[in-house]
Parts: sequence; structure tokens; C-alpha cells
Amino acid sequence: MEHLLSLFTASIFTENLALSFFLGMCTFLAVSKKISTAIGLGAAVIVVQAITVPANNLLYQYLLKDGALTWAGFPEVDLSFLGLICYIGVIAAIVQILEMVLDRYFPALYNALGIFLPLITVNCAILGGTLFMVQRDYNFVESVTYGIGSGVGWALAITALAGVREKLKYSDVPDGLQGLGITFITAGLMSLGFMAFSGIQL
Amino acid sequence: MASDAKKVVLDPLFDNNPIALQVLGICSALAVTSKLSTALIMCVALTAVTACSNASISMIRNHVPTNIRIIVQMTIIASLVIVVDQVLKAYAFQTSKELSVFVGLIITNCIVLGRAEAFAMKNPVGASFLDGIGNGLGYSIILIAVGTVRELFGSGTILGYVILPLESNGGWYVPNGMMLLPPSAFFIIGLLIWGLRTWKTAQMEKPEYQIHQVHRTEVM
Repeated sequence: MEHLLSLFTASIFTENLALSFFLGMCTFLAVSKKISTAIGLGAAVIVVQAITVPANNLLYQYLLKDGALTWAGFPEVDLSFLGLICYIGVIAAIVQILEMVLDRYFPALYNALGIFLPLITVNCAILGGTLFMVQRDYNFVESVTYGIGSGVGWALAITALAGVREKLKYSDVPDGLQGLGITFITAGLMSLGFMAFSGIQL
Repeated sequence: MASDAKKVVLDPLFDNNPIALQVLGICSALAVTSKLSTALIMCVALTAVTACSNASISMIRNHVPTNIRIIVQMTIIASLVIVVDQVLKAYAFQTSKELSVFVGLIITNCIVLGRAEAFAMKNPVGASFLDGIGNGLGYSIILIAVGTVRELFGSGTILGYVILPLESNGGWYVPNGMMLLPPSAFFIIGLLIWGLRTWKTAQMEKPEYQIHQVHRTEVM
């Protein structure tokens, strides 16, 4: 249990996908102009991450891993080279299904997240979460924890950046640094701030 | 035609740089640059994938129904990335370990999909291939610049050769440890963008609010 708790906090703070692995940077920088949209996108990422990482974990454990096909009578088959194409397919499919389910049963949530859902397919944070899960060989329970934790961490980071940028609009930034440049520097300072968590071990 | 081709290749270097202006493909730009050699391998991998995916997508652009084009593009890109990944694992195993998940993440690198969508779907094969190379090079320039600065000031070497002898090895240079940490990449790219936009002033963004000086006499 403590192991899972420590994995959870580590994936939110010390191993924050956005600020220490730079995943999902494109959306991170592009969609962080307003707090409300940032929160919407953050929520969508948490949901998708919490579903796709465990789903890909099952796929990896029972189909792709070296010797994973023993149950089907092929103990020597190693399909791990097909990993990338399978994971991205799963992510695209799940995002699509999630979009249809939300549209049918939770129209309010669908309208709030609407435009962000398709964007998430190409968000590196989602694929990155899955690839880290494979690289570190998490089991199913760990992958659920990691999926939720890393999603929350990403959402936290983008919301915080949006908060800073909303205030930053009123400050006098040098001409060439306006917009993208100053956002990079802000994200750098935030990333330094998040490094303060790195000593925490539960 | 020759001047067109030249323009397609050279435009993304400074005038329309994928990282600095189009804000595409930043994730890997930051993560793999703590050493120049990994940055170089990443550049080669990305340029190859972008060029080949642009060419293949352009080849089939008239046969793909528009509503499923994204998934077709993703499949092509993912297959190319698998090839690159396997080649790296076979011939440069150490580097592929260092790049860890970032080779796989070329799939979701927005430069590849962005160029496929914006250029390859509308242009013939040759031009698309060149556009892929050009954008790959534009990406590489930023990566190499950041990688050089981080490796030189972070560990005093370039490509593993000692340039600034470290104090711990009897030299004079005290390495700046922050350069090896993730945040420094943000600062360096931020400053690079500042420099680029000061040089090419057309790329500046308009501030949302203009702060202007009010003289005391005007107020009264």
C-alpha cells in the first residue's frame, strides 16, 4: 500500500510529466492562456490517462511482452516491436469511444471538454505515460495508480502555468520575449520549483 | 523549380522555424538535449521520419477519405517510428537506452503530424519530402544549439571531448550543474526565441495589453 502511495505522489510531483519529462509541451504551452480552459484540458487528460495506461498495460502483459502469448500456445513469440503502433491505436480508439460516450450520457461534460478530446490523441503526455509504464514494467494495480497520478500531475502543472500567465498579461515584457519566449522562461522557473519536491520519499 | 525547392528546405530554418514560431515538437527538444550526441541522434531520427512520412502521405493523399485521414497518417508515422526504433536498438543500443521513451514519442511529435496535415496532404511527393527535410533541419538547429550550450557549460565537453577542463580533474572550469537539469532547457529555448525574434522582428507577438507611459501633466 505504501509502495502505491509513494508511486502516486512521485508521479504527481517528483516525476511530473510536464515539468520534469517535458511531455505534452505543445498543448501545455498552447492551451494555457486561460485558467478555465486549462482546467478543462487537465480534467480530460486525467480521465484519458487513467483509462489508457491500464488498458495498454493489459495489452502489454497479455499480448505483446516476450512470452506473453503462452496462454495461447505460443510461448516463444515476442511481439514487443509492435508496441508503438498498438499503443497509439488503443489511445486513438479510447479517445474516440470516450468522446461518443460523453456525448451520449454526459452532454454537459462533453461540451466542456469537447474541443480538447481529439487533441489528446496526439498529446505526448498520454503516449509517454504508457511508454514509461512499459519501460518500468508496472503491474496492473501500479499502472492504474501511475495513470491517475501522472494525469493529476500534468493537470496541476498546466493549471498553475495558466494562473501565472493570466497575471503575466499585465506585465511589461520586452518585445522579442512577448508570448512564447516568456512562457518558456516561466515554465522553466516552475520546473525549478517542482524540483524542490525531489527529495520527498514516502 | 530549383528556387522553390531551396525555399521549401530553407524557410523552416529561421523564417518559419517549427519550434520557435510554429510551437511544434517542443517535448523532445527539451528532454534529449542534456548531451549533444543524443540530441544529434534524435535530430537524424526525426528528420528521417518527417521526410519519409511526408513523402508516403503525399503519395496516397488522393486515395484517403478525409474523415479517416488522421488514423491513416498515424499508422504510417507509427510504422516509420518502429523502423527507426529497431534500427537504433540494433546499431546504437547505448544511445537508444539514453533516449528511452523519446524515440517512441516521435509518433506524437507535432512536427510530423503537423507537416503531414498542413503540407503533405496538398503537395506532390518531391516537395513534401523536401518540406520534411527542411522542417527536420529547423528542429535540428534548435536542438543542436541547446545541446551544445547544455553540454559545454554543464559538463565542459562537446560530444564527449573536453573543451573546458573541469576543476575536479585539475582544470579551471567549475561546471554549472543547473545546465544538466531539465529547467535549463526551458531558459535556453526561451532566450533563443528572444534572440531570433529580435533578429526577425516580424515574428514578434503583439502584447494583449499595451502599457504606456502617462505623464503627470496629462493626468491633471
